[in-house]
Amino acid sequence: MSLDNILNHWSDYRKGAEEGGHHNYEHRWAMAINLDLCIGCNACSTACYAENNLPVVGKEKFEKGQAMHWMRIERYWDQQELEHPEQGASFLPMMCQQCGAATCEPVCPVAATYHTPDGLNAQVYNRCIGSRYCSNNCPFRVRYFNFYSYYESSWPEPMEQQLNPDISVRDKGVMEKCTFCVQRIRTVKDKAFMEDRPVQDGEVITACAQACPTSAIVFGDTMDEGSMVNKLWKKHQVERGVYQKTQHAKKNADLRGYRIFEELNVDPSVMYLERVREDV
Amino acid sequence: MTMVTEKDINEQIAWAKINTDVLKSMENPRPAYWITLAVCIAMVACAALAEYIQYTVGMGPANLNNPHMWDMYIAAFVFWIGMSHSGTLLSAILHLIHADWRKPIYRFAEAMTTFSLMTAGLFPIIHLGRVWNMYWVLPYVSDRGIWPNFRSPLVWDAFAISTYLSASMLFLFVGMIPDLAICRDNTTGWRKRLYTILSLGWIGSDQQWRNFRKIYLLMACFLIPLAVSVHSIVSADFAMSIMPGWHITTFPPYFVAGALYSGCAAIITLFVLLRYFFRFEEYMTLPLMEKTAKLTFAIAMVWTYLNLIEFASVWYGHDIYNKELLIAKATGPYAWIFWTMLFCGSVLPFTLAFKNLRRHMPTMFVVSLFLNLGMFFERWMIVAPTLSMSHEPHQWDVMYGSIVEWAIVFGSFGWFGMLFLIFVKVFPSVSMYEVKEMVFHRKQSLGEEDLARMTDHAKPVTQTTGGEGT
Repeated sequence: MSLDNILNHWSDYRKGAEEGGHHNYEHRWAMAINLDLCIGCNACSTACYAENNLPVVGKEKFEKGQAMHWMRIERYWDQQELEHPEQGASFLPMMCQQCGAATCEPVCPVAATYHTPDGLNAQVYNRCIGSRYCSNNCPFRVRYFNFYSYYESSWPEPMEQQLNPDISVRDKGVMEKCTFCVQRIRTVKDKAFMEDRPVQDGEVITACAQACPTSAIVFGDTMDEGSMVNKLWKKHQVERGVYQKTQHAKKNADLRGYRIFEELNVDPSVMYLERVREDV
Repeated sequence: MTMVTEKDINEQIAWAKINTDVLKSMENPRPAYWITLAVCIAMVACAALAEYIQYTVGMGPANLNNPHMWDMYIAAFVFWIGMSHSGTLLSAILHLIHADWRKPIYRFAEAMTTFSLMTAGLFPIIHLGRVWNMYWVLPYVSDRGIWPNFRSPLVWDAFAISTYLSASMLFLFVGMIPDLAICRDNTTGWRKRLYTILSLGWIGSDQQWRNFRKIYLLMACFLIPLAVSVHSIVSADFAMSIMPGWHITTFPPYFVAGALYSGCAAIITLFVLLRYFFRFEEYMTLPLMEKTAKLTFAIAMVWTYLNLIEFASVWYGHDIYNKELLIAKATGPYAWIFWTMLFCGSVLPFTLAFKNLRRHMPTMFVVSLFLNLGMFFERWMIVAPTLSMSHEPHQWDVMYGSIVEWAIVFGSFGWFGMLFLIFVKVFPSVSMYEVKEMVFHRKQSLGEEDLARMTDHAKPVTQTTGGEGT
């Protein structure tokens, strides 16, 4: 944050989220999650635990609300589901929405969370001092704090052998959250750079998307015109930086796409496709 | 008028008696003092043990969890910051508007400001997940060119609190210099050495008094905007977020009013205690208590008004998250705290409207404690319910802190008590030179006839007050 930088890019910094903010994005990683396909099997969550070295905290701490599931399946019983319990609950896979205008970023006192040119909210573990303001200001509540040092309790020997070497194990007092499997993104980007070609659609796949048995999760780059995720966003008329009407206001049953808490204008990078219920 | 207006202070008190009375309060602690001090230190020890556990194990033992990333630590932080405001009100604001009745009671209020700030400042540090890296919040020059995030209200907090703490400590010290000279001239041993250093060679010359007046006025002017800004910035910790129940425009004045409120209530508590234990009946008189109580009542009504504004704007604003949260506060799991807060904060202060009660010290003592209980609950109601019931219904949860968290919160009261107890025995808790001033001015206004009856303690106008350089 040098003075030159501020002076030269002042007009860029003045741009709001509606004009794309002050970022020169290389990628805008995004997701489309089809809730119609989600069966609530928790495979995504499990895959996330394995990929990202998430500690298993145990029953007691889980009940206290100290679990570390970056990807969690939220289960809701709406009126219709209560009337027809045989249809099962509604599932909502919830992870960090990698907001374009993220509320967690400006409040961090040490700038441990910031926006990358990939459109991700990066969390710098080494910089985090654990003030936990970011989590308090997250409407999705998807930031998880290391309330304990889990290294010994969660990975007793020889289980530490199965830790993912591409990503660190966080110690107590540090905030963490879904990164859209940034280590996979980096690997693919590096490979594409070495081969002097752009990143292909489908080349990066997050652990959750990879594990989903029904392929409910589609991951990709919305700046890549031909990408699957971009097509889905376009098809359901969900746009970034534009205040969206909810799917109910669109009056078109085919347009099922929506982003959660759209009215807060935080510009999430995850589009959900509403579950369609049969009329019983 | 049938009733003669009661005097704030007996203007016939001899200056020598003022010195003796105040100096007497500083010597020979009674057993009760040592017992109270021991209790306070024990409370601090418990908190230190709890903090040790938290430091080594992590924030988990405090029962913090995913929606409740902040809890009692931040509530206590806001509470203690609030407590610190009344000292500035009494010593700086009332000084500027020439309300001379503040003179006998401002010193301990000013000390309270400093000590409650020293308590408050601990909480943002205690609540950090990685305490050992706390200095990263400060904008020091590092090799890597990394700065704190100047957009974060927590960084503003660090600036505001450290500025306010240093300014109010300096103000307390500067205001004490003439008194320290009196202490220097009347003590022996280590006290003499201490006061000699602290009184900075005060001999009470005209030049010294002139400089002293200037710097005191200057600091008073400097401190008032600081006091307002520091609590506005604390409120920005909440108001700058997007959370329901926090993102409220009226928060800065609401916090400042609440701060003055709890501070005034604490002044009443300490007023009663000092009056009783140090036999300061002649200085901390009933009319002064009445004035303090009236001030507290006025601020209580401002606080109530701001509360009503908040409720009304939330109710008619039709922001669904805010409105649901307000309903949940009033009817949900925190309802008992919410209604206790409103009772203690808005109903109980009406006892201050009755003259008989205002003059009844035990009643005032109990009422002031309940007022502060209400203010503590207010801070709890600001922090906890928003986290319990924010946007994401899946993460709704109610949490009460663990023993570790409560031990640290209670320990903070011990820490404050310890500092205050040490203060009253080492430094004069009543400003001797200003009481003399007050007595002198009151006496002057009595008229010629009374002037003739003056004792030789009250010399002509050119006489300096306090620290008669020997």
